[in-house]
Amino acid sequence: MRIAGKGLVDRQAPLRFTFDGRGYQGFRGDTLASALLANGVRLVGRSFKYHRPRGVLTAGPEEPNALVEVLEPGGQQTPNTRATVQELYEGLAARSQNRWPSLSFDALSVNDLAAPFFGAGFYYKTFMWPRRFWEKVYEPAIRRAAGLGKLSGRHDEAAYEKAWAFCDLLVVGSGPTGLMAALTAGRAGADVILAEQEPRLGGRLLDEDIAIGGQAGGGWVALVLAELATLPNVRIMTRTTVTGAYDGGTFSALERVGLHLTPSEALPRECFWRIVAKRTVLAAGALERAVAFEDNDRPGVMLASAARSYLHRYGVAAGKKVVVFANNDDARRTARDLAKAGVGVTLIDSRADAAKAEDFPVHTGAVVTGTRGRLGLTEVQVLSGGETLVLPADCLAVSGGWNPTLHLTCHMNGRPVWNPAIAAFVPVPDAVPGLVAAGAAAGEYSTRACLTAGAGVAMAALADIGITAAAPEIPEADDNAGGIDPLWAVPPVKPGPWSRAWLDYANDVTVKDVKLAAQENYASVEHMKRYTTQGMAPDQGKNSNVLALAVLADATGRGIPETGTTTFRPPFTPTSIAAMGAGGRGAGFAPQRFTTSDQASRDRHAPMIEAGLWYRPSYFPRPGETTWREACDREVTMVRGAVGVTDASTLGKIDIQGADAGRFLDLVYTNTFSTLPVGRARYGLMLREDGHVMDDGTTSRLAENHYLMTTTTAAAGEVMRHLDFVHQAFCKGWQVRFVSVTESWAQFQIAGPKALALIRSVLDTDVGDFPFMSVGAVSIHGVQGRLFRISFSGEEGYEIAVPTRYGEALYRDLVSRAETMGGGPYGMEALNVLRIEKGFITHAEIHGRTTAFDIGMEKMVSAKKDCIGKSAATRPGMTGPEREQLVGLKAIGTGALTSGAHLFVPGTEVKRETDQGYATSVCFSPTLGRYIGLAFLKNGRARHGQRVRLVDHLRNVDTLCEVCDPVFHDPEGGKLRA
Amino acid sequence: MPELIAKPALDAAPVTLAGITLSVADPGRITFVAPFPGQEKAVAKLLKPLGLGFPAPNTALTKGEARIVWTVRGQAALIGVPVPEGMQAAAAVTDQTDGLAAFALRGARAAEVLARLVPIDLREAVFPPGSAARSGLNHMPLILVREEAGFLILTFRSMARTAWAELNEVLHHIEARDRLTN
Repeated sequence: MRIAGKGLVDRQAPLRFTFDGRGYQGFRGDTLASALLANGVRLVGRSFKYHRPRGVLTAGPEEPNALVEVLEPGGQQTPNTRATVQELYEGLAARSQNRWPSLSFDALSVNDLAAPFFGAGFYYKTFMWPRRFWEKVYEPAIRRAAGLGKLSGRHDEAAYEKAWAFCDLLVVGSGPTGLMAALTAGRAGADVILAEQEPRLGGRLLDEDIAIGGQAGGGWVALVLAELATLPNVRIMTRTTVTGAYDGGTFSALERVGLHLTPSEALPRECFWRIVAKRTVLAAGALERAVAFEDNDRPGVMLASAARSYLHRYGVAAGKKVVVFANNDDARRTARDLAKAGVGVTLIDSRADAAKAEDFPVHTGAVVTGTRGRLGLTEVQVLSGGETLVLPADCLAVSGGWNPTLHLTCHMNGRPVWNPAIAAFVPVPDAVPGLVAAGAAAGEYSTRACLTAGAGVAMAALADIGITAAAPEIPEADDNAGGIDPLWAVPPVKPGPWSRAWLDYANDVTVKDVKLAAQENYASVEHMKRYTTQGMAPDQGKNSNVLALAVLADATGRGIPETGTTTFRPPFTPTSIAAMGAGGRGAGFAPQRFTTSDQASRDRHAPMIEAGLWYRPSYFPRPGETTWREACDREVTMVRGAVGVTDASTLGKIDIQGADAGRFLDLVYTNTFSTLPVGRARYGLMLREDGHVMDDGTTSRLAENHYLMTTTTAAAGEVMRHLDFVHQAFCKGWQVRFVSVTESWAQFQIAGPKALALIRSVLDTDVGDFPFMSVGAVSIHGVQGRLFRISFSGEEGYEIAVPTRYGEALYRDLVSRAETMGGGPYGMEALNVLRIEKGFITHAEIHGRTTAFDIGMEKMVSAKKDCIGKSAATRPGMTGPEREQLVGLKAIGTGALTSGAHLFVPGTEVKRETDQGYATSVCFSPTLGRYIGLAFLKNGRARHGQRVRLVDHLRNVDTLCEVCDPVFHDPEGGKLRA
Repeated sequence: MPELIAKPALDAAPVTLAGITLSVADPGRITFVAPFPGQEKAVAKLLKPLGLGFPAPNTALTKGEARIVWTVRGQAALIGVPVPEGMQAAAAVTDQTDGLAAFALRGARAAEVLARLVPIDLREAVFPPGSAARSGLNHMPLILVREEAGFLILTFRSMARTAWAELNEVLHHIEARDRLTN
């Protein structure tokens, strides 16, 4: 019901929306909750476990009941949206959740009839046997019956943002405390970020009828905002909830950017902020708590402060006949404000000594003992002076006092302390370095105290970081913090199996459940939480935490301070994964690295595969080829018979300069590079500190003090880090400098018997005698480049490098020339077959657990010098016949090999204990006409000629193989050196 | 004699949204200069005729077309000019012109774009013109230079397409935010 003249909604801007398919109207400035209440809709959801009818309890992000699915065009839906947070927009479509077939008739509400069986620990006690039933039967059934909203099952393709912000002072919350803090700091010239979760600034000042400085609270807020708008150093972030406190003054915050508008493609829905602040003022206010009494969960039961919010912020009376039940002075405002707005009100005050003089009926020393009304509250039962009263009501506004919103102060393991004066936990100072809680968040409840505290903490925080702020004038305001007598739970008049008083609405946890937990010795607050699931719902216990532990304290005979709270963890409010992972969907997952030959490869319809972040051609299909194998076999044969071209630019290239460059390489490589002549390349092996192989590659000496190292594609970054570490840790003062030049050069492999002819055709001057492992500067079509005679295929091979800008032109030129000569491009598949045939290793073999001994290269560890990893490589167990050593495998017959398969001695049982090793790389070799592979086999080098069984249980492969030398093709290396 | 055609890191037309212009930049020749131990003064002396010196960490020096940008411990990028004669004796000198893709981000609000991709404090008072940083552009390596009119962004050449796409996406998000009326 709307009240004329009340509220901040724009009555000139009506908005249409639907709930469960039915059309309604609200106004701009409404939330879905306020608009539903204005339309008289009290029933908005069903509870998690018992499927009890539920209505709106709060007016803020802590809402436990009014969770809905928001439906969007295109079939997308957002479940568990709090109707109290979701702003109304034209065409908003919402649907209730966790009910079937409809909200008013929910078949699963039979759970409520069976409630005596469904208490805390029910699942643990009931679904024990048979054990295997849990996963297949019980859990799916429970999940269907108990739950929240549903996801659409589609990818969320909407836009999201992530962003960073930095400031001197972060002010969390814009009530009287936050505004005063921001104003004080803003005037002092500090960089201020003022974050407010609501769309409007003002905090509780917009929810109350409070005067500040002789004018309405809202008017004072407008004045402050007008001044803040003139301060360019103050950044105001509305719809932004600070959700977590982390190290170094870093806070996470979630901004609702476009969730209050009809969805549009370009506008981000949310932005996940990381705000780094030198100092922070937590002015997040306080959250009201309820009182537990029988059937305190019916639609129409609401927090007293929420009833005021709906009245003052949205111009909505939550009922026509309202009963207010409270243990404190503050909730009287609800009764007074509603009465002033013409609503019928009765006040039930649990305190016997409370004032009685009001313009509406007041019962002191009285408590609410129960309610009636299946789908909505109809009457309230009151015990007053030993007498039972039944009051007709459509709204029951409850207040059990306030809990400071101190959650952020606990995010770094701080524990709040109990303040009996206000019957609430308050934050301890310095729980989060640089953060100060002030105002209601620190338990200071009067408006005047909040204004004073806001100014004071801002001045102190700024003084800490060397900024002097002038003390502002504190305007006149109410100085009454309100009295309270603790009241947690009203005992049932007639205790019975169905009498329940709710603590945690969101997870259906009652007083009885907490008592049962205590009785079963889940007496610690953390155990009680997990046994009952109290505080584990989307509201994370914001409504129930203090109530539940007070009940637990009572049940265990301990005090509240001894009982303590559970741990508040980030995020403070539900945060979508889409916001935290903004930009990471699809291609945004990782950067894509493209070679200069990329377009040329795609032009030839090569399927691209990812190698690290790079995209490389897998193979180059020709017309008529129907499988990748046909293309791969052809490309291998082409390289062995004529010439092939492939892009090798992805290999890491590190330029090393200085008088100590050779000495440095001698330290990081197992073999010696200081003796390498200028104009020559050498294969090098690099160990980790622990003696295992890290990487391999060729390093060339370009000039006396100038080397060029190549690394594998996969380990380029790792090797660069390793070199940096070795340089900084062990080589202080050495004359050596190095830098990655991977990106600066495009480099192509040319391999095959016609490789030299192809190379010659592109060089401006002949290379002359250029034996295996030669390196030199060359001119290619007028461009200065480098030529290396190295091979990864076993054929005569060259690599030609030009500055990256010329890469595409050179690649296209090389390929067309190769085709003229009967050759062409080859892809990663053929490259892999060629190197397996030749027995060359990759990271499939040097996978981090193999030693130089294992791969047959222990002779490459120079005896004449030390190197990184050398001493560790001599530890017992790093060499010897027990080690699995690199061998070749030849399939006997037509059997296939699979990499990852394990090896066994034929005739022995196939089990873990008899495992002899495993295959690392396999292929069909068109050169040999059968499957071959590389493998690690126990004492393998002594077993050439023996037979092993290759077994792959995952792919049902069982192939008999012959063990052989890992070099299948041209073992003498004649072709290589041709 | 046939010639090889040179291609830029990316061929893309400038985009202006929300008063911010993103374009592919061509800062000219880029050479990394890393003085050998004890040669810092010699390197500074060689740079002096260009009106430059060796930059302090997180700074860049500019003189006309020439500039030198701190890139990492003991290393700087000399941009827009050839390497002075004699530098090879005092420092490791490496041509990186082809290794980096360069983008210019111009406009009073350019920092708003980077606030969504770069995790460092770019407030004018903290990161004024003449500042430089080695950081990340979302998940890509970044050398960032603040100029009077905006920023120079350098990243791996092979990642140019991703960098462009992500900068462009942010521009669209900011423009969509600007269109919000409430």
